[in-house]
Amino acid sequence: MPELRLRINGEDHKADVAPQVSLLDVLREHLWLTGTKKGCDQGACGACTVLVDGRRIVSCLALAVQYEGREITTIEGVDHPLQEAFVRHDGLQCGYCTPGQICSAIGMLSEHAAGAPSAATEALAPEALTPAEIRERMSGNICRCGAYNGIAEAIQEVAS
Amino acid sequence: MDFLRPSTWDEALAAKAAHPDAVPIAGGTDVMVELNFDRRRPPALLDLTRVAPLTEWGTDGDLLRVGAGVSYRRIIEELGSRLPGLAMASRTVGSPQIRNRGTVGGNLGSASPAGDAHPPLLAAGALVELASVRGVRRVPVDGFFRGPKRSVLEPDELIAGFLVRPGGAQQFAKVGTRNAMVIAVCSFALSLSLETRSVGTGIGSAAPTPLRATEAEEFLSRELDWEARGPVPPSVAQRFGELVAAAASPIDDVRGTAAYRSHALSVLARRTLAWAWKGFREVGP
Repeated sequence: MPELRLRINGEDHKADVAPQVSLLDVLREHLWLTGTKKGCDQGACGACTVLVDGRRIVSCLALAVQYEGREITTIEGVDHPLQEAFVRHDGLQCGYCTPGQICSAIGMLSEHAAGAPSAATEALAPEALTPAEIRERMSGNICRCGAYNGIAEAIQEVAS
Repeated sequence: MDFLRPSTWDEALAAKAAHPDAVPIAGGTDVMVELNFDRRRPPALLDLTRVAPLTEWGTDGDLLRVGAGVSYRRIIEELGSRLPGLAMASRTVGSPQIRNRGTVGGNLGSASPAGDAHPPLLAAGALVELASVRGVRRVPVDGFFRGPKRSVLEPDELIAGFLVRPGGAQQFAKVGTRNAMVIAVCSFALSLSLETRSVGTGIGSAAPTPLRATEAEEFLSRELDWEARGPVPPSVAQRFGELVAAAASPIDDVRGTAAYRSHALSVLARRTLAWAWKGFREVGP
């Protein structure tokens, strides 16, 4: 079993894992970084969203061994105005989806800033981050408590 | 489980020849679901993410050649104006997180009838480039699919990329229950070429494989007023929708009924036609 070396939140980590193991399971079960949550384990809920080299991915569908040498950021390594904005706007109830929502929103804001369009964008490049754009761009993250209004408001505040 | 990790294309082809039952993995967004739920435990995984040429795109004569490992995100951001239909479909694949990792090569490899990239590739008349240690072949995408999750890909072959002629007016529409992570209830892509006065179509999630509506294509290419780009008569749009629906052979399943799919396809066909033709009339070819 090959030794896996991962760089997470600016620190080097090692783990002995089988090749088919997901990044999510390495984070939670091998490295005890349990801030990243497992919801559906099939990419549908977004609770396991982390940032890799600044881009958001669902860690449940990421093969851990493909991420050696990449800069992985989990909620434990996040220090961002979105966190307090989520609290101010009641962007959570149970909080289970929140680490994924926060990581996803950080990735989303930089995608928009870099000019990436979404399915809600008419043109090839986006204009302002409207409520419709925020909702479309956050559609990969589900909140079963239904705190969507607060989540969207928190993101809107930080974006503007 | 063996883990094969080639760093060049030649090494990848040699590995696939030596381990024909190895499952190729790029972004992982399809394969990992099966591994996580133990639905599949292949004897080996073949990681293609270190093979740099798979992530490149460029021109090949008149055609655009896109490597199998180019992510949906890059198709949206880098090829939005050259491959508008595929880029539109790419904007609806999975979720933003999935689009950062998933690839068109993986979509073709899975060969699901519901794969979002398939209808625009069919409409654009794309070629799929398959390679093995035996050589390279280019297969028209409408001959690539053989059944649900089955294709003409041989056990020793890998998908190198696909080739498309850029340009024309293209549209894509799909029906689903949520903005993200939808397996399409049905989907439709349309491509109109003013240059060749031809129509291309692609239907998803409404037959055992993605497929073209060839009768609808022939009908529409005869009926459109290519010369003056005059309005499309409602009767023509209506008939086009009927022919698209007639080309499909949908089933009842958890996502929708056959009758609903047929109806929705005719609506999507009329809608995409109106959008694409409007684009022509406003901005030209």
